[in-house]
Amino acid sequence: MSFTLKKIGDAVVVDVEGQLIVGNRQELKQKVLDELEKGERKFLIDFAQTGYIDSSGLGVLVSLSKKIREHGGELRLADLNDDLQTLFELTKLDTLFQIAETRERALEGF
Amino acid sequence: MLRQGSAHSKASDAAFTSSARLADVSQADAVGVDDDALFDSVTPPYVALDVEIPSDVKQIEPIVSLVTEHCRALHLPRRKCSLNIPVALSEALSNAIIRGNHEDPRKHVRLRATVSDRALVFDIVDEGRGFDIADVSHDPTDAESVMAEDGRGVFLMRKLMDRVEQFKGPNNVVRLTLNR
Repeated sequence: MSFTLKKIGDAVVVDVEGQLIVGNRQELKQKVLDELEKGERKFLIDFAQTGYIDSSGLGVLVSLSKKIREHGGELRLADLNDDLQTLFELTKLDTLFQIAETRERALEGF
Repeated sequence: MLRQGSAHSKASDAAFTSSARLADVSQADAVGVDDDALFDSVTPPYVALDVEIPSDVKQIEPIVSLVTEHCRALHLPRRKCSLNIPVALSEALSNAIIRGNHEDPRKHVRLRATVSDRALVFDIVDEGRGFDIADVSHDPTDAESVMAEDGRGVFLMRKLMDRVEQFKGPNNVVRLTLNR
């Protein structure tokens, strides 16, 4: 389980490798908040290499989305596999986030 | 308590203990003995996994990984192994560690997985009093709740499992049943 951050254009892109769950959600939250503190405002979390997400992981995404918006920024998500898409639909979080099929699509117009 | 056999990975070895600190889940057996999904089988149900982990959320991922390996070996539908079981089990273990045992390192959580022709049954046992799952009735998909940062755990367990039950006795037992 790891989170890799890289800058692509104006956006900070976060790759979630493995699971996003109660045991590591704080690490993701801190890494994104550190970048927000540094002045970054555009964030994309890419789930292409993600296994599953639990309710704590979903909660941290909601929390980050709020904090980024409070700073005038935006959080986008990309590359949800079928399982993750189902998870977002079950919880109706698909209505809360801007979700793109691919990283490239997410970065368009960002 | 049975130990996991050849399928378990090195990474998950640390999660295993031979302790028998927790009471046997017989309290759940007593309640669920007429559970059709488990016992109305052509072949007898068997305990595929019976392990105890410390009350540390870092232990959840390796034990869930071990369970999903088992599920794949049972040739369950892909989604049950990649979504239903890992997410619901993570929620139950997380509740047991955080809300049941309050992350007390002296306390443990026991997971027992029983397999029958018809279903997989997971008993998650903690040493706390737990919280009453039956009292959790709010819908986190309501317009006023969807922005909340928490409150989706029990909802997901119910959505992803065929049955979620709770038995209280000397220990708190949450039983998840997933039809095959």
